[in-house]
This record gives sequence, C-alpha cells and structure tokens, in this order.
Amino acid sequence: MLAFILRRLLQSIAVLLTVGLVSFSLFRYVGDPINSMVGQDTPASEREALRERLGLNDAAPIQFLRFIGNAAQGKFGLSYRTSEPVGRMILERLPATLELSFCAAVFALFVGVPMGVYTGLYPKHWSSRLMQAVSLIGISLPTFVIGILLILVFAVWLHWLPSFGRGETVMLFGWWPTNFLTIKGLQALILPSITLGLFQLTLLMRLVRSEMLEVMRTDYIKFARARGLTNRAINFGHALKNTLVPVITVTGLQLGALIAFAIVTETVFAWPGVGQLFIQSVQFSDIPVMAAYLMLIGLLFVLINLTVDLLYFVVDPRLRSQGGAARVAGH
Amino acid sequence: MAAASNNQPLLEVRNLRVEFPTRRGTLLAVDDVSFDIAPGEVLGVVGESGAGKSLTGNAIIGLLEPPGRVAGGEIRLEGRRIDNLPYEEMRKIRGARIGAIFQDPLTSLNPLYSVGRQLIETIQTHMPLSASQAKARAIELLKEVGIPGAEMRIDHYPHQFSGGMRQRVVIALALCAGPRLIVADEPTTALDVSIQAQIIALLKRLCREHGTAVMLVTHDMGVIAETADRVAVMYAGRVAEIGPVREVVKHAKHPYTKGLMGSIPSLGVRTDRLTQIDGAMPRLTEIPPGCAFNPRCTFKGQRCLVERPNLMPAGATRAACWLHDSGGVGAPILKETVDA
Ligand SMILES: Nc1ncnc2c1ncn2[C@@H]1O[C@H](COP(=O)(O)OP(=O)(O)OP(=O)(O)O)[C@@H](O)[C@H]1O
Ligand code: SF4
Ligand SMILES: [Mg+2]
Repeated sequence: MLAFILRRLLQSIAVLLTVGLVSFSLFRYVGDPINSMVGQDTPASEREALRERLGLNDAAPIQFLRFIGNAAQGKFGLSYRTSEPVGRMILERLPATLELSFCAAVFALFVGVPMGVYTGLYPKHWSSRLMQAVSLIGISLPTFVIGILLILVFAVWLHWLPSFGRGETVMLFGWWPTNFLTIKGLQALILPSITLGLFQLTLLMRLVRSEMLEVMRTDYIKFARARGLTNRAINFGHALKNTLVPVITVTGLQLGALIAFAIVTETVFAWPGVGQLFIQSVQFSDIPVMAAYLMLIGLLFVLINLTVDLLYFVVDPRLRSQGGAARVAGH
Repeated sequence: MAAASNNQPLLEVRNLRVEFPTRRGTLLAVDDVSFDIAPGEVLGVVGESGAGKSLTGNAIIGLLEPPGRVAGGEIRLEGRRIDNLPYEEMRKIRGARIGAIFQDPLTSLNPLYSVGRQLIETIQTHMPLSASQAKARAIELLKEVGIPGAEMRIDHYPHQFSGGMRQRVVIALALCAGPRLIVADEPTTALDVSIQAQIIALLKRLCREHGTAVMLVTHDMGVIAETADRVAVMYAGRVAEIGPVREVVKHAKHPYTKGLMGSIPSLGVRTDRLTQIDGAMPRLTEIPPGCAFNPRCTFKGQRCLVERPNLMPAGATRAACWLHDSGGVGAPILKETVDA
C-alpha cells in the first residue's frame, strides 16, 4: 500500500511538472514578456538590461527551474493588466470558485446518488423512467443555456433569486470571503450551484443507476436475499457500497471538472471567481494570470486524484492487503 | 412414499408449476412437480441441464427471478403454506427456516464485507442476540465448518480465503440461523474436484448433526449415491422418477433413469456428459405430447405419444412411465414412424 501511494505521488509530481512546462512555455514564448512590461518607446539597451535582470537570457532549463521554484512559492509575477501580483489576485478570487464548486458538488452528490439508487432499484417504475428521460436533457443542454433559463425563470420572472454576483459576503480569518454566513450570500449561491452541478448530477445518477442494476444481479445479492436480510440492508448496505468505487472515481474527476467548468457558470452569473479572472486575462492576453490558472487547475486535479486513490483503500478491502489487485485471486 | 414418513413431512411440494410469460407465449418450465422432504432427510435432485432443478429450488425459497412465477400448486413448510406469502413474511423464513447455497459459492460472498460481518448480520436478522453473542456464535460456526483460527479469520475478507474455505463460510452462513431445510444448488460445481468430496461430506455431517434436511441439486451421480437418502430424477420440467437412493441407482424403473444409471462408470461422473441416451432433452417450446421422453425412448408405444404419464408406483420407487401401468405403453410403433 505504501509503495502504491509513493508511486502515485511520483506520478502526481510528473503531471505537475508537465503542466508547469506548458504554462512556462506559454509564459515565456507566447509574446515577449518584455514588450508587455515596458512602454513602446523604451530604448533597446534598456530592454536588454531588463531582459538580463529578469534572467530571460539564461538557458531555457534554468529558466524553467526558476519558474517552477517560484510557482511552488506562489510567485507568478505581475499581471500585465493590473500590475498586481498574480498570486494574490488568484488567492482573492479562489474562495468564490471553491465555494461555488463545493455547493455544486454537494448538490450533485446528494441529489444524484439517491436518484440513481432509486432508479436502479425500481427501473420499471414510471418515476424512474421520468427521471431517466429528464436526465437526458440535463446531460445534453449546454451549461450556459441552463444558467440563462434559470435566470429567466427565477430572477426575471419570479424575482426570487439574484441573477448575478455573490450577494453579501463575510470575511473569514481576514482573507476568505464566504457566502455561507448571510441569507443574501446563500441565495446568490443557489442558481449558479444548480447550473454548475446539473451536468454532474445527471452523470452521477446515470452511473449509480447502471452500477446498481449490475450489482443487483450479482450472486452475493441473491445470496443476501437467501439469507433473509432486509431490503434495507441489501439495498443500502450490500448493493450501494459495491457501487461506491466507480462513484468515487467519477465524483473525484467531476470535482476537478466542476472547478474547471466554473468558467462558464461564473461568466453567466458574473461570479467573481478564478474562472472569470481567467476569461478576463484571456481577453487581455494576460499571460502570467493564464499560466498561474493552468498550474492551479493542474494542482487541484492532482490533489483530487490522490484523494480518490486513498478512498479506494478505505472502501475496498481487496486493495488494502499489501500487493493490491494481484492478490485478489486468493492464496 | 418410502423412507421416514412416519410423521408430517418437513417440506411438501404439490403440483408445482413455474412459468415464464414471454412474447411468444408462456413457457412452462416446471410442470406438475410433487415431492416431500422429511425432517433431516437428504433429497438428491438430478437431471440434465434445463430440467428445472434450479427453478424448483428457487420456487421453494421464494426467489424466482421475474418474470418467472409460481403458476400453480402449493409449497408447504412444516404444514404452513409458503408459496403465496407476502415478500416480508417469506424473507423472515429465508435464512431462518430455509437456508440456501447456490451454484457458485466463490461469488456468493460480498467482497467488501468481512465474513464475520456477513455472519453476524445474518444471525442478528433472525435471532434476538446481542452483537457479542452473535459474534461468539459466528466464531463457533466457523469452527464447526472447519476454518482454522476462526477467532482471527472472522475479521478477514472473502478474497483472503481459498475457494474451499469460502465454500465453508457459505455453508456456515446458510446454517447460522438454524434452518430446518437447506436448498443446495450444485454447491460444489464451481470448486476444484479435489475438494468437492470434502465439502459434500462436511455439508452432510453438519446437516445430520443439526437435524437439517437438504435438497441437494447436483449433476454428480456419485455424490447422490453417497449422500442422498432419496433421489428425484427430473426431466423436461417434470419428475421422471423418485425413490430411495439405493433403489433408483440399482433398480431404476424409468427408462431415462436406467440410461442415467447404466452409464455411471465410476463415482464423480456428471450426468450432462453422458451420451448413453441418444438425443437431447427437448427445449421448453418443443416438448412433445404424451411422455416428454418419448423421442429418446426405446420402449415407447402408441400410448406414450398421446397420453402423459404421472408418477405411479413402480417397484420400490415411483416412476412416470406407462411401462408400470396396468394398461402398458399401448400398441407398438411401426418402424417408419420411428426417427432414426
Ligand atoms: N428467465 C427465464 N426465462 C425463460 N426461461 C427460463 C428462464 N430461466 C430459466 N428458464 C428455463 O427454465 C428451464 C429450467 O431451468 P433451470 O435453471 O431450473 O434448469 P436446471 O435444471 O437447474 O439446469 P442446470 O443443470 O443447467 O442448472 C430451462 O429450460 C431454462 O431455459
Ligand atoms: S412412458 Fe413410454 S415413452 Fe415414456 S418413458 Fe415410459 S415407455 Fe418410454
Ligand atoms: Mg441449475
């Protein structure tokens, strides 16, 4: 097990270095960083001096190492657009995105999994068929369309919920603005969370449903029935637990996707998160911000994948015994 | 009835019919099957693949998979009718009064729960025991089925046991709430040949000690000869012959059983590999009128082509064959109508 985790850690570092290389190339070779920093009429000698001072004349590998070293400390230079430190800009916006993604994930999990269980247990019931049909819409409608429809209904027609912004936030620990402590903040979360989470909800529901259908056909479920266990014990103990491994995998991957896809939702709802920041920086060719955003998303994906791998061990005893899958055959 | 029917049978199956509604009409997979099992008795059930053995067993434990359903007849356990009980009532009987062991014991255990947990949950479902009492009972059972180091093994997961050991755990699970009857559907088919005999011996010994009756479905005539008190031979959804195991093995009365028994070269041979009897069992959609066995029977007469025989006394057994009726098989069949 330890070897497995070590292997995964090494893989994660390799992934991060690759992402780092991409964002370094973006940073260093797309456009000239010097051009973005100095005025039109700066003489060539001054440019050269700046180039030397910033280390842009060093060999590429050295520059890359320096970039990685700085990135590890959260230093991504100054934004071309606002001249603020990029690290701080991202940190200011990250809480908004994380809270939105978190709510979307909770919504997707706590609605999607029960719906999947229900439709898997009673596949022929009319309500299951209805959920299946509706979920197809959820999967095929683009996120921004869902967002706009929700705004139209709940903000424009009914005036129940705000259509943009974070509403009211409260500072936590002096630097984390949170939506969770005010009514207005919570209200502002609802529509964006649904918009962002709907796709993952339908995905989870369909996944749990098909896993459930499969598990219910297995011999150990039949044997559990023959032992006279209650339906409750069979459905929620034996069956649901056996659907967990794929559910954890997909939830993990989708959590990463949620944060990445937040770009669209944040744009539709004018949500002041890192996704919106990214869109702005694309419009202004603000390369340092884009590079930092890439690194951040890469880091989040890697962290989530590591967590997912560890959860496997918690759920599946076959992986826990030393050699992992190789020993499943028994001894 | 032959053996041990001095008082009430434990299980009575009367005119059981199991059918499957399909698009092309209803398939009658178990047709008018009747038999008894006495308390503590081992009834062997043999027959070719598709004869209806598993469906009969599943009907008894109330776990026919839809769209299959009991379409007629009665099943009584200790005099109480159980084939028409609501699901929840039948659930309380499963595990507690009737245990079951299925074809593949290797996949019968939930891989994500320790064997102890699976034992304890079964015990506590059916018996008013505390967690620690249930655990003590679980350890006791694991010892009884011959698992070394039961106190430690109880926390292990199924994948940490070999096939034979897992099978022992399955037997412990089937027995853990003290059922009166165990329906064992080919309990050793999936196991290594070298441990099959061990497992059957264990099952037999435990059931004798606990006074548990067994309906033992198997393809292995050797197992039947060694283990069963009585044997029922099934053919195309019906019982062809039933009687004390010695009589059926040595003095079979039904032509089909004779074919089966005549072709046992040694113990441990499976009936589905026997080629002694020409032809194959008809599919459910193609069962001929009259005796279902008539296309393969060398004794058949005109009567066999039109009239269906029910079980009738035949020496020390009961057989569904006109040879044992005073009316006989009817006029001989002319050569040309006989299929080569
Ligand atoms: N779900 C189903 N739909 C239609 N027919 C079925 C279904 N399940 C079983 N049958 C039919 O019922 C008949 C009896 O099946 P059963 O499983 O009882 O046979 P068996 O005697 O146990 O055979 P085996 O030795 O292969 O286990 C078979 O002909 C089979 O095709
Ligand atoms: S009833 Fe006729 S066809 Fe059937 S087994 Fe007896 S002799 Fe053969
Ligand atoms: Mg079978």
